[in-house]
Amino acid sequence: MKLLTHNLLTSHVRGLRPGGGFPLRIQASEVRVRPVPFNAPFVARLVPRLQWAALLQAAASLGHPSELPPEPAPDYEADEEFLRRLHHLLLEVEVVEGVLECPDSGRRFPVSKGIPNMLLGDDEA
Amino acid sequence: MRRGGWPDMAVAAPALCRYLLLLAQEHLEFRLPEITSLLSLYGGQFSSQQEIHVNSPFWILNIPSEEMARGLMKRTVCAKSIFELWGHGRSSGELYASLKSYPVDKMLPYLQSDSTYKIHIHTFNKTLTQAEKIKKIDALEFLPFNGKVNLKNPEHVFWILEDYGMDPNNVPEEPIDLYFGRWIADGQRELIESYSVKKRHFIGNTSMDACLSFIMANHGRVKPNDVVFDPFVGTGGLLISSAHFGAYVCGTDIDYNTIHGLGKASRKNQKWRGPDENIRANLRQYGLEKYYLDALVSDSSKTIWRKGMLFDVIITDPPYGIREATRRTGSQKETVKSAERSTENHIFISSSYHLSDIFFDLLKFAAEYLVMGGRLVYWLPIYRPEYTEEIIPRHPCLKLISNCEQMLSSQTSRRLITMEKVKEFKDQDQNSYSLDGQYMPYKGHNSFREKYFSGVTKRIAKEEKDNQK
Repeated sequence: MKLLTHNLLTSHVRGLRPGGGFPLRIQASEVRVRPVPFNAPFVARLVPRLQWAALLQAAASLGHPSELPPEPAPDYEADEEFLRRLHHLLLEVEVVEGVLECPDSGRRFPVSKGIPNMLLGDDEA
Repeated sequence: MRRGGWPDMAVAAPALCRYLLLLAQEHLEFRLPEITSLLSLYGGQFSSQQEIHVNSPFWILNIPSEEMARGLMKRTVCAKSIFELWGHGRSSGELYASLKSYPVDKMLPYLQSDSTYKIHIHTFNKTLTQAEKIKKIDALEFLPFNGKVNLKNPEHVFWILEDYGMDPNNVPEEPIDLYFGRWIADGQRELIESYSVKKRHFIGNTSMDACLSFIMANHGRVKPNDVVFDPFVGTGGLLISSAHFGAYVCGTDIDYNTIHGLGKASRKNQKWRGPDENIRANLRQYGLEKYYLDALVSDSSKTIWRKGMLFDVIITDPPYGIREATRRTGSQKETVKSAERSTENHIFISSSYHLSDIFFDLLKFAAEYLVMGGRLVYWLPIYRPEYTEEIIPRHPCLKLISNCEQMLSSQTSRRLITMEKVKEFKDQDQNSYSLDGQYMPYKGHNSFREKYFSGVTKRIAKEEKDNQK
C-alpha cells in the first residue's frame, strides 16, 4: 500500500461520527521503498486531492520524516524539489505488512503482501 | 476539480480539412462513440459534411488539424488508418473531377521532384487483379507527381480506396464510392495482438478481450496522468489498457484470492496460480508497472474512500452473479466451495445482493467520486427480449454518453454504458434514484440473473450431482 492510497482511505465501520475514521493509523511491521519513475505533472495533479496533515502524519509514523512544508506552497507546480519529495512519499514508500487502525472505533484492517484487506463482518458494516 | 493537464489542441475557428477514416469491420456499434470521445479528448468534435454510414468502413470527417488527426490515431483501436482526403466521387469520373478541383498548392508539398512516393490501392468487398490495379493507378497520371516512385520506403503514400458495398453476395462491377488521399497515420490495431489475453501472465475466468478493453479506455477518455479506478478489478485486465495510455491505476475486489493471485488457475492445463500472478505483475509484463498504484480487498458496496473527487475515470465490468456481502474468517470452507462453482462466465457467490443494486451503487459511487467531466464506463448485462432504453440506470449527476450492445447469445447481450459527470454531487443526490420513479425500471431487471443463468444453474447442479457419485 502506497501512502497515496492511505491518504484516500477511510474506515467505514458502522456508527462512526460524520467524517470519522480518517486517517487510519498505520502500524507497519515491514515497509519497503520501491523506486518509481518521477512524473512531475502527475504528482502536481494529485496535490489538490490530498489531505496534507494526514500525509505528514502517515510519513512520520513510518519513520520517513517528510521534509515537506506544513502545507503546499502556492507555486508548488513549478517547485521540482518539492514535487520530488512528495513523489517519493506518495508513490515509493509502501507498507508491505502491518495493520491500519480506525482512529475512532479501533477496528484493525490487516495489510498483507502490500494489500490492505478492508472487508468487514456483517455485524460491523 | 477541472480536468487539467492535457494540451489544448483546439484552435480558434480553424479551417476544417476533410479526412477519410478507414475503419475495421469489428465491434461496429462501438466505433462512433470511440472516435467521438477521442476527438473531444483532443479538443475537437465529431463533424462530417455528409451523413456517416455507421456500418461502412469509410467515414469522411472534418478535423481542424493534422495534429489532431494524428492524436486520434495514437489512440483508436476501431480505425485502421486516416488519410487527408484529396478527392471523392461516386464514379471514377467524379473522383477525377473532384481531384482536379482540389487546390494544387495543397498537393504540391507532397509531390516535389526530390521526394519519393507510392500509390496503394485498397478495395472493400472486392479483390482486384494486379493488371486492374495498375490501370487505376495509371489513370491518375494527370496529377502532378514529380517525385520518384519508391515501393519499399516512400516518403509519401497515396491511397486509392474503393468501396464495393456491404453485400458480399451482390458485388457491383464498379465501386459505389471512390476516394483518393494522402496517408497520415495508422491506428492502434496492433495492440489487440500485443495485449492478447492468450499471452497475458495473470488472467481470470472473465478477462476482457484486449480490443474491448482499449475501447473502454477510449470511451472513458482516459488520458495521461489520470487516476483510473476499477471497483471490480479481478485480475486487472481493464486497467492495463488505461496504463498503456499513461494513466495511473488502482482497483478493489471482494475476492481475496484473486487480488492476492491465490487459488485455482483460470488456464487449462494449469491447476494453481503461480507465485507471481497478480495485478502488479501483469502490468510489469507490459512495462507498465510504474502506473500501478494499489489493489485492495474490499466490498464495492461499502465505501472505503473518504469523500472527494478522487478519480478521473471509473472503468469496470461488474459481476453478473450474486456477490458475496462479506468474508469472515470463520467461513473459509464455504468460500472455497462457492469459488469452485465458477462458470465460464462469472463466479457465483452466495448472498442476497440484488443485481440492480450493484449498478445503482456503482452510479452513486461514480457521481460522488469522479472529478467533474470524468467518465464511468461499465458493462450492463441484458436479457434481450425485455430490453428497453428505460432500464439503463440513471443518476442526476451523470449524463449518458453512449450505449453499445455486444451480443452474447440470441437471448442475452451486454451493453457498454458510458456516462459523464456533469453535476456536482450533493448529499441529497445520494438516494435520488430510489425516490424518483424514472430510476426504478431496472429494479424489475433483477430477474435477469435467473433468466440469464437458468441454463448455467442447471449445468452446475448436474456437475455437483456428478461429483457426488
